[in-house]
Amino acid sequence: MDAQLGERLWRFHGGVRLPHEKPMSLAADPEFAGVPPVLVVPLRQHRGDAAEPVVRVGETVNRGQLIGEAHPGRITARVHAPATGVVTAIERREVIHPSGLPELCVEIETRAGGTDEDLPPLDWQTCDRQALIDRIWEAGIVGLGGAVFPTHIKVDPPPETPVDLLIVNGAECEPYIAADETLMRHRPKDVIRGALMVARATGAARTVVAVEDQMGAVEHILRKTERDLGAEDLQIVKVPTIYPEGGERQLIRVLTGKEVPSGGLPLDVGLLSINVGTAVAAYHAVEHGRPLISRMVTVTGRGIRQPGNFEALIGTPVSYLIERAGGYDDDIRKLVMGGPMMGVPLPHDDLPIMKATNALLGLVDYEVTRKAPELPCIRCMACERVCPAQLLPQQLLWYTQQGDFEQVEAHALFDCIECGCCAFACPSQIPLVDYYRYAKSEIRARAVERARAAHARHRHEVREERLEREQERRARRLQKKREKLRDRKAKQAEIQAAIQRSKARRKSGEESDDAL
Amino acid sequence: MRFETAGGPHIPAPITVHQVMRDVLLALVPGILAHLWFFGPGILFQLALAIGAALGFEALMLKLRGARLDLHLHDLTAPVTGALYALCLPPLMPWWAAIIGMFFAIVIAKHLYGGLGNNLFNPAMVGFVVVIVAFPNISTTWVPAQSLAENPLNLIDSFKVIFFGTLPDGLTWDAITGATPLDLIRTRISEGIMLTEIRTDEIFGKYGGKGFEWVSIGYLVGGLYLLYRKVITWHVPVAMLGTVAVLTLPAYAMDPYNNPFPLQHILTGGMVLGAFFIATDPVSGSTTPRGRLIFGLGVAILTLSIRRWGAYPDGVAFSVLLMNCAVPLIDRYTKPRVFGRE
Repeated sequence: MDAQLGERLWRFHGGVRLPHEKPMSLAADPEFAGVPPVLVVPLRQHRGDAAEPVVRVGETVNRGQLIGEAHPGRITARVHAPATGVVTAIERREVIHPSGLPELCVEIETRAGGTDEDLPPLDWQTCDRQALIDRIWEAGIVGLGGAVFPTHIKVDPPPETPVDLLIVNGAECEPYIAADETLMRHRPKDVIRGALMVARATGAARTVVAVEDQMGAVEHILRKTERDLGAEDLQIVKVPTIYPEGGERQLIRVLTGKEVPSGGLPLDVGLLSINVGTAVAAYHAVEHGRPLISRMVTVTGRGIRQPGNFEALIGTPVSYLIERAGGYDDDIRKLVMGGPMMGVPLPHDDLPIMKATNALLGLVDYEVTRKAPELPCIRCMACERVCPAQLLPQQLLWYTQQGDFEQVEAHALFDCIECGCCAFACPSQIPLVDYYRYAKSEIRARAVERARAAHARHRHEVREERLEREQERRARRLQKKREKLRDRKAKQAEIQAAIQRSKARRKSGEESDDAL
Repeated sequence: MRFETAGGPHIPAPITVHQVMRDVLLALVPGILAHLWFFGPGILFQLALAIGAALGFEALMLKLRGARLDLHLHDLTAPVTGALYALCLPPLMPWWAAIIGMFFAIVIAKHLYGGLGNNLFNPAMVGFVVVIVAFPNISTTWVPAQSLAENPLNLIDSFKVIFFGTLPDGLTWDAITGATPLDLIRTRISEGIMLTEIRTDEIFGKYGGKGFEWVSIGYLVGGLYLLYRKVITWHVPVAMLGTVAVLTLPAYAMDPYNNPFPLQHILTGGMVLGAFFIATDPVSGSTTPRGRLIFGLGVAILTLSIRRWGAYPDGVAFSVLLMNCAVPLIDRYTKPRVFGRE
């Protein structure tokens, strides 16, 4: 193993230091949130295509039973029943998504009893690589860090880009979110074994678990577990807590000094990173045959009465989980899925927990109130200083406001990761990320529009060409005819031929109609 | 239960324009105190006049433009313009200089160009340049620290001078005013007098002009505070002062009789104030790190050129305005490398 790894850390450009709010939910031990009376399980909880429902309304399903089948060759993932019960509806429901668009969901009225339909356990240390990958697919494992990319694809890199280093990402850099930290604190064995197992599945040469320096005892716990399990070839590296260090590209930079090419993948530089929660879920899928039907969710913030971390079934209503955390504080103003920087604001709590739901954050009045009204940009470049993508956020704002999207693209808008550092650093209190989201959607819409226009233009041109060709042909035919008719004899023959043709046609027309 | 759904980040920026500008004003305090110590209470009137005029014109323009008065008067950008302008003036400047300067700064340079954030030129420098171009003899109204030490003007005396132009009994303008150190160097060198000799004049201190050098050190202290508070970045001050040092040291080494020592260049005139407070103006400066280096470099070269060959003793204000013109071009060619790109 490379002893150098972790000895030297690199820096990424920018980033901000945010108040450390994780301890808020870590005071109490994690609990199982319980089985709510009704679960609403979305069939698209991941990147790519939605799973196809394979159950019918009225059907009884067992815990762990497949309810959403997915196409193995595509970017998609399977979905399983989180608890035993009866399917009461399969219909489009509102889910947690920035677009607010409804998704097809399976509603399950839970009931006690029934049997678990877990998959047969595998021995992760002896079974072959492909078996691990297949199991990850079967169990519907997706990235639990937020991107929800199907894990079976991720851990199966093409042979031409082997994995040199696997990074198990425990740097949960947004404040408040402590789901991964909870796993590392309370299930360190699963974390270490999960890391080793994923390393085996990916064929990674080296593996590192990255934790943040503000996580205190976590590093120690993992090191001790590592020793206990005799897994010393795994490295544990503590990285400084600077938001957005948990971002894949930023963490890779800090650990290795490498930059993932813009528009490329970590694999392009021989790296693969996977979230701690994902590694644990994959481990459970193999060791216990348990599909991904629950996850650790941090319920926290000053807007929540008793913050804590809960093992929640997928499909659990947000309101149910909030109730388990003591309910709302009277001053709550915003409910966010995720962290305070990149989280998705929820309009209400009648929404299901999904595989991507790492945290529910209740923010109170004074936390979300702007310090001053929005002012024009003063070009101070505080945004440039904190941008981890090394963009010029101020110029992006300027060109977006001008509607000059060509320049917006020239200033690399699509390299923006929407981490929100710029907005957090802006003394003019400008919601910069809103502008970038707007610009991105506008540019995409224009690209579609352009493509449509190009298509229409192409069709028009082809039609014009065709009409021209026909006209020419007609003109040529007429010309030929005229030439022929100049000759008298030929003219007579032509007339005769025409009469013959007409006769023949009439005759055959009597026999069958379709001759015409 | 319904919740607010504004997009992230969900926690607001902890800083405001008001705080940034308050830091700038605070950072000016050491320089102002030195100014007060060496040049008397006149600066207090200049500051009050300029800041008052700046706020007045700002309010007027906001009203005419239909903008929110409370919001923009609170952002403190107009007082910063006023203060920087006042610090460029001789402390006994007549009262109307502040009014004229602020009219051009706030009305023309700031609001007619679109208001906060949109001005192409540094407003304080526009105001100052208008005044020194229109009234070129103002630099002769500087009262050297030396003569003030002999004939101190108190608050009331200063008030009378500034508002009524009447000097205390027994004093005449000729008796108390004199050329600034930069002025003196220009005229004497052109007369063929050696610098070593010029510097024996009592208006010089250890490095720069007597008093002026301490005021500059005051600005330096304030500038370091701004760096510490991350209100400014190191690029402009380092590029500007570094360029001055690099360009003047060889000249001094070759011919110390005709070329001032780098520290003298830095500690006289508006060099330090310019490097930390004026060329760092975010609105009219470059928006890229490399661009800010070029901006500082340009200001330094132009200032030295004006000091050496120009018609004015100091050139920071002109240089800043000239470099302001170049900002869009600089920005265009100094875009930083995007993360993960070649």
